Amino acid sequence: MGNEDLKILITELLPAATYDESGEWLNIVVEPASWPAFAAQLRNHESLQFDYLFCLTCIDWKTNLSMVYHLSSTRYRHNIVVKSTLSADQPQINTVYDIWKTAELLEREVYEMFGVNFLNHPDLRLLILPDGWEGKNPMRKNYEDPINMIKL
Amino acid sequence: MFEEIGTTSNGDLQINVGPQHPATHGVLHLVLTLNGETIKKVEPHLGYIHRSIEKMCESLTYRQFIYVTSRMDYLSAHMNNHACALCVEKGMQIEVPERAQVIRVIMDELTRIASHELWWGAMAMDIGAFTPFFHSFREREKINEIMEETCGARLTMNYYVPGGLMADLHPDFQKKVKEFIIQFKQRIDEYDQLVTGNIIFQNRMKGVGILSKEDAVSYGCTGPTARGSGLSSDIRKLYPYAVYGKVEFEEILETGCDSFARYMVRIREMKQSIRIIEQLIDQIPEGDFQAKTKAVLKLPKGEFYTRVETARGELGVYIVSEGATTPYRIKFRSPGFSNLSALDSMARGSKLGDLVAMMGTLDLVIPDIDR
Amino acid sequence: MWSLTDITGRLDQWLNQTFSSTWVLVIEMLIAGVAVIGLFAALGLVLVLMERRVAAWIQIRLGPNRVGPFGLLQSLADTLKLLVKEGMTPSGADKFLFNFAPYIAMMVAMLLMAPIAFAKNFQLWDLNIGVLYISAISSIMVISILMAGWASNNKYSLMGAMRSGAQIVSYELSAGLSVLTIVVFSGSLNVTDIINSQADGWWIFKGHLPAWISFVIFIIAVTAETNRAPFDLAEAESELTAGFHTEYSGMKFALFFLAEYINVFIVCALGAILFLGGWMPFHIGHWEAFNHVMDYVPSSIWFFGKTFFLIFLIMWFRWTFPRLRIDQLLNLEWKYLLPISMFNILLATAIAILGWHF
Repeated sequence: MGNEDLKILITELLPAATYDESGEWLNIVVEPASWPAFAAQLRNHESLQFDYLFCLTCIDWKTNLSMVYHLSSTRYRHNIVVKSTLSADQPQINTVYDIWKTAELLEREVYEMFGVNFLNHPDLRLLILPDGWEGKNPMRKNYEDPINMIKL
Repeated sequence: MFEEIGTTSNGDLQINVGPQHPATHGVLHLVLTLNGETIKKVEPHLGYIHRSIEKMCESLTYRQFIYVTSRMDYLSAHMNNHACALCVEKGMQIEVPERAQVIRVIMDELTRIASHELWWGAMAMDIGAFTPFFHSFREREKINEIMEETCGARLTMNYYVPGGLMADLHPDFQKKVKEFIIQFKQRIDEYDQLVTGNIIFQNRMKGVGILSKEDAVSYGCTGPTARGSGLSSDIRKLYPYAVYGKVEFEEILETGCDSFARYMVRIREMKQSIRIIEQLIDQIPEGDFQAKTKAVLKLPKGEFYTRVETARGELGVYIVSEGATTPYRIKFRSPGFSNLSALDSMARGSKLGDLVAMMGTLDLVIPDIDR
Repeated sequence: MWSLTDITGRLDQWLNQTFSSTWVLVIEMLIAGVAVIGLFAALGLVLVLMERRVAAWIQIRLGPNRVGPFGLLQSLADTLKLLVKEGMTPSGADKFLFNFAPYIAMMVAMLLMAPIAFAKNFQLWDLNIGVLYISAISSIMVISILMAGWASNNKYSLMGAMRSGAQIVSYELSAGLSVLTIVVFSGSLNVTDIINSQADGWWIFKGHLPAWISFVIFIIAVTAETNRAPFDLAEAESELTAGFHTEYSGMKFALFFLAEYINVFIVCALGAILFLGGWMPFHIGHWEAFNHVMDYVPSSIWFFGKTFFLIFLIMWFRWTFPRLRIDQLLNLEWKYLLPISMFNILLATAIAILGWHF
């Protein structure tokens, strides 16, 4: 399905979504609260069947955080990008582990690097960073480390 | 190498595997929960080789960051660089000359063969046959020599730039690659005789580590891991880049879903790679090896995602740019990360001795996972 | 030529003339003991080097070739290294058993040298139940492995030792039954009698089908008995678990290591004696002229040649085949090898009674 058709179908499912069609794939911006239901629909809907989550990441825009989910369908081979804006001081969003199991480790990585709290995650703890880095959120733009980060 | 780190409340044993391994797995630390010989849970502990590449790249220019990525999955160094170069070229709308594209594909396929060779040797060594390791390194040595002449390095080749290649080919390149093709075709059949057809080997691999197709999709597995479960996911076929749309090769799919299927996928992929190289080696077009680009690259504001098929699976490079000379945010979607998450579901209920076979067929390179 | 019988006879005479009979006994035992220890050491050195060169040859590379001409002094250098290493005993280990286990392994290996006939009339002790003695004493090896695993106070040594113990005990059955086939054919347990019965041809040719089956089973079973690949779970499973001899270092480890190679030598010597004629040259029936020519090659050369050929075969297996998993290994024994050996024994007995062998 092309971007236009996807946009029409998704507007029917979630009227509150906003779109950004500047890139090659359709970008959808959703509210964090409506994300879990919408994700289930994306996964299970007949003509969508986005069963493959191939990239889950977070971008720090200093005033807010933006979660980015790249989804693909193994059946129809269409791709889509879902974004959600979270507040910078208390970022939280529901996990999608029950829909796409790959999210378990990916969300743990976002948790430790950006500090996003994933609600209902089965096992949210540090993945790549060693013990003692809870709360430090190194990938945030306001992370300061005078010893190791050399500013030119 | 095994030490007990405790007993859980219902009497199961918890032990470590790693982080140091006798075979070339890299620093992977698994905590297994065992009940006797049966594995109940596998938990990977990562981060032993975390170098914060993503954060580092935020302060490197678009010409510089490509070379850090060779160190991510060092066995597919060229392919990592290709992904980054493609992302920058996509953002800046640079047209890469035909000659550079063809050479990039040849280098990628040679790297794929080298990576699968090392995988094969190390895996056979884990299963207990020590000799294939030496055979596979003999082939890898030839490839490394070819790479060294043209690119200057044997492991982290740093040959691609946004716009093409850093330098032209060595004059002996075509001759050596042709010799290599002839030699390789004889030897790949030897490998089948030596290891694949061996009944002991087959008994250790068949039925071990079942990963169903639904699980492969749900865990986001890519590459030979997913293709061994019948999931068609070859980026070279689905979203062709460089000259992959113009060469003939097959996507290898196996429906066995077990370790032996994943093994056969990789062996057959090596044969397909040699087929691609054969088609291209005589047809390298003349021309520039590098497009004219500005000295300082600045990607326009926006987001760009490119994907390539490395030896392990789909490597995605996601660049978010604010118009500066350095990226605002880079995310590397690494294939090993998702493949590793499938290990837990594969290993539950198996015996301890099967864990080695499973880890071998997942072909994990830990720097790729930890970045 | 000076035959060994001559030398030993003259030495015995001279000793009897010079000393009283008890002293003669003691001195002769000493000489035999020193000779066995010397052979033990020399064989150990040769076998370790042979393993490394054979492995290198199979793996398309050169083995040790720096220390001494063709690397011949490599084993000596290794022994020196092992001697000066620190021998640690883990705390919490059962000290007596921990230190005693390697000595048992070595004692077993040395005791097994007694009935082996190295050349014509050159045997330490030609006892009437030679083959049974070898089977019985080699079973004691299991005790040393279990002792080592238990006394190390390390769960993983214990697991490795238990697996190894299970493996050895299971494969002893098949090995014993294959040995029994040849005993049925030759009608005696005495080593010299078995060799003499092969004066008109080796049992592997004379006892056709049953001898071939039991030879194949024997080779498989002794590879498993000595913990060699492809059955080397207990020691090379170091990807997952450490073997029973992890906690050993220095000289004690050297003893285990040496005992393993000597065991390989002994089981190959047994195979050579039973199936390939021991020191008996290659005779064909009653072709007197041919047999006479074959007799010119000294019998010790025949014996060592055959034994080293079998050792080469066992080493070849190690570098070619991958490893079996423990359950596959035990499956192989109990479901395949044992029934085949039992059937084979019946077949051999029937053939022996009906006189259908050569």
